Amino acid sequence: MGKKIVKTIKVDADKCNGCRACEVICAAFHATPKYSSVNPARSRIQVVRDPIKDIFLPVYAGELAAAECMGRNIYILDGREYEECAFCRASCPSRDLFKEPDSGLPLKCDMCEDDPPQKEPLCVQWCLEEALIYEEREEEVEEEVNLSDMETGLQSLADKYGLQNLVDTIVRMAQKD
Amino acid sequence: MRYAETGYNLEVDLTRGNIEVVQTDPRDTELYLGGLGTNAKIIWDRVPPEVEPFSPDNLLIFSAGLLCGTPATGCNRTIVTSISPQTRLFAYSMMGGFWAPELKYAGYDKVILRGKSPNLVYLWINNDKVEIRDASHLKGKGAVETQDLIRQELNEPKAQVAAIGLAGENRVYFASIEQGRSSCSRQGLGAVMGDKNVKAIAVRGTRDINIARPAEMIGLINEVLEYIKWRNENPIPNYMPILAGLGSPQEMKHDDEKWHTENFSWGNARERRRGFWNEEIAKDWKETMATMQRRTISCYNCPMRCGATISPPGKSTYMMKCFSKLTYTMAAYLDLEFGLGIAQSATEYGVDGYSCPQVMAFALELLEAGILTDNDFPGMPSDNEGRFYWLLDRIVRREGIGDILANGTYWAAQKIGNGAEEFAHNNIKKHEQLPLKLGKLDPIYYLMYCTNEKITITQIEGNFPQAPFMTREEREAFVSNWIQVPNERIKQVVLEWEPRGEKSAPYFPTPDMCCEIVDWMERMHYIDDALGMCAGLSAFPLKPPYHIHNYPKIISAASGIEMDEEVLTQATKRYRNLVRANNIIRGMRRKDEVPPEDHWKKRFPELEKELLDKYYKFKGWNNDGVPTKETLHDLGLDYVAEEFEKRGIYSETPSYEILAEKEKEV
Ligand code: SF4
Ligand code: SF4
Ligand code: SF4
Repeated sequence: MGKKIVKTIKVDADKCNGCRACEVICAAFHATPKYSSVNPARSRIQVVRDPIKDIFLPVYAGELAAAECMGRNIYILDGREYEECAFCRASCPSRDLFKEPDSGLPLKCDMCEDDPPQKEPLCVQWCLEEALIYEEREEEVEEEVNLSDMETGLQSLADKYGLQNLVDTIVRMAQKD
Repeated sequence: MRYAETGYNLEVDLTRGNIEVVQTDPRDTELYLGGLGTNAKIIWDRVPPEVEPFSPDNLLIFSAGLLCGTPATGCNRTIVTSISPQTRLFAYSMMGGFWAPELKYAGYDKVILRGKSPNLVYLWINNDKVEIRDASHLKGKGAVETQDLIRQELNEPKAQVAAIGLAGENRVYFASIEQGRSSCSRQGLGAVMGDKNVKAIAVRGTRDINIARPAEMIGLINEVLEYIKWRNENPIPNYMPILAGLGSPQEMKHDDEKWHTENFSWGNARERRRGFWNEEIAKDWKETMATMQRRTISCYNCPMRCGATISPPGKSTYMMKCFSKLTYTMAAYLDLEFGLGIAQSATEYGVDGYSCPQVMAFALELLEAGILTDNDFPGMPSDNEGRFYWLLDRIVRREGIGDILANGTYWAAQKIGNGAEEFAHNNIKKHEQLPLKLGKLDPIYYLMYCTNEKITITQIEGNFPQAPFMTREEREAFVSNWIQVPNERIKQVVLEWEPRGEKSAPYFPTPDMCCEIVDWMERMHYIDDALGMCAGLSAFPLKPPYHIHNYPKIISAASGIEMDEEVLTQATKRYRNLVRANNIIRGMRRKDEVPPEDHWKKRFPELEKELLDKYYKFKGWNNDGVPTKETLHDLGLDYVAEEFEKRGIYSETPSYEILAEKEKEV
């Protein structure tokens, strides 16, 4: 057990105006070089919007889910009807949300890791509505091994093609060089 | 690599069902920027003046602005361009919302529609997959409804859809194109879309827009955001609330409508109702707004919340922006509840919220005056509310009298005759204006009304205050942090400008000063319309975050085009003259550049003449409003001058002389 600062973003969906500025800045920040391109499909926050049904819901990319779940329920909250998937943070096989549009690799919010660190995650800075509120809290946590971006990507490829196939491919690629 | 723009247009030939991706010339972007600028060039090159608005040879161009899809806050305009059925001139109308950035992410700057589809279709643009799809099942569907139906059918909740309603399908001259929380409303572009048999264009894109100098760009946009925050906390003191802040007029935020309801005219732009607003009405309207409004909402990448979702009882929810909140209410002399309700139907039908209510009020005025009779309105209910709904239905279906009214007040009056022309009194260039009606001539507005090619006044006013401040202290305070102003002379005008006396309207600002002020305001709008920037953060409000001093840096950082204020001003002048050239070859002259007939109670013919003479000269146009050969040459537009020469435009009898002759005859 150890102590750790846990970074979180509280979402107050009632304040969201559906502008998607959070998507714009997240996509730009994660471009290489930084800010060199914009493509909201690469954003690690996605705003589920259906203005006519009054649905404005910013969702952060969480862990990869290798298999799709059984959740297909419909929830009614505050008179609004949501599909279960609307709240889900996983990149899963049944939808293209939180996947790199070119490679299909999963995306995950990294709280805008930066060196030096940003004063607040970028999406929070760009949401002038205060629909996104940054919070830090100290938590007792089990020491856990965090998968890096590359590992998450490789894990999903391994899940899709099998670990042995993946190893073979990498070996083959290495020999070509 | 292309920066800020994609470098590709989609060319769709609807007659043959052919789709092509065409690479564009980066030099055109340098010369004409993008959006409106390059649209004007395409129309000039490809739509000769002989082409009728409803001809397959007329083009309908949907263009994203140059900076749409970049991080630039509030840059989301789609600029739609064609030849207008109503004015028969070059038409351009902009809509905010989400469509233009999505088009950029799909990999295109413009969609150019030509020809005419044999049956009703919609276009589905999904990155490099582009299809023309059957839309027969969407015939007659509402413009908002259609957007949802298409998203469901495609199983693409993130697709952005621009659609027309019944009015567009039936080629109503003031039909709109609706999308997101926005619409292209003016000049009947929805009718051209309907004529081409295109119900909608759906688009979804997942590609990158590249930025030339990323770190610089993001720094500049962060400054813009900081300034927006500061302006939100510091509204202009002593200014009406809807205009004191940023964004398009904040009609959804504020419910005190004393100013609009008492200063704008009611009915068919007939009368101002001084003393209309009282406590009871204030309470009633506040309640209506509170119960029907669900949430205020923004366009793409913008925090300003200028629109709202509105749910009138018993009707489906729709999105409202700006002044359509009051236009139906005031045309019908009814209350806000009626206005918000009928606007739902009107949005689904897809009609312009400025023209449509006036056309309906005009019809009822003609009935009162005996120019039309009860026989023209068979089955019309007797109550006001019922009459307006009845008329709306007839117009969008083009049934009976509705078929004539569907062409707008100008053409309807011509057809009806018998003195009806006098009732079509709120037009500029055959197009209905916002029903303002003021006491004394305002020289700045006079010039904007006359010479503005957007043909809608509200979209050209802006950075200069609408009225003088009362005291010297207020004026000094105002100019003290006025970083947006292009030069000290304009500051000086604000300092000297008084509500009454020698230095007041109509003789102050003087014609020379007016030229400079109007030119500045116009320039800002032209920049916005090329970049796809919302005027609500630039040309329209006082002290906006985007202005002539930071724009060149932003454009340059995003697109890589080398730019300073002078280069930007010159580019703007170039396509501003090209827009005018498109109208000049369609016959527009000085005789057409007149404000609505009885707009100002008191007129000053000599001053008005001087204003127009001076402004034409300032702009480098001859006395008939035609850009001179020298002006065109300086802008690299010799090809325009040659065409004018070939068509004998420079050698014809000037329209002001023809007018003078006519006056002598009378
Ligand atoms: S930036 Fe804020 S208001 Fe805009 S969509 Fe994201 S969460 Fe909503
Ligand atoms: S915190 Fe950073 S990485 Fe996470 S969604 Fe926001 S901008 Fe993207
Ligand atoms: S200022 Fe208002 S109208 Fe303009 S982009 Fe922002 S929300 Fe839309």
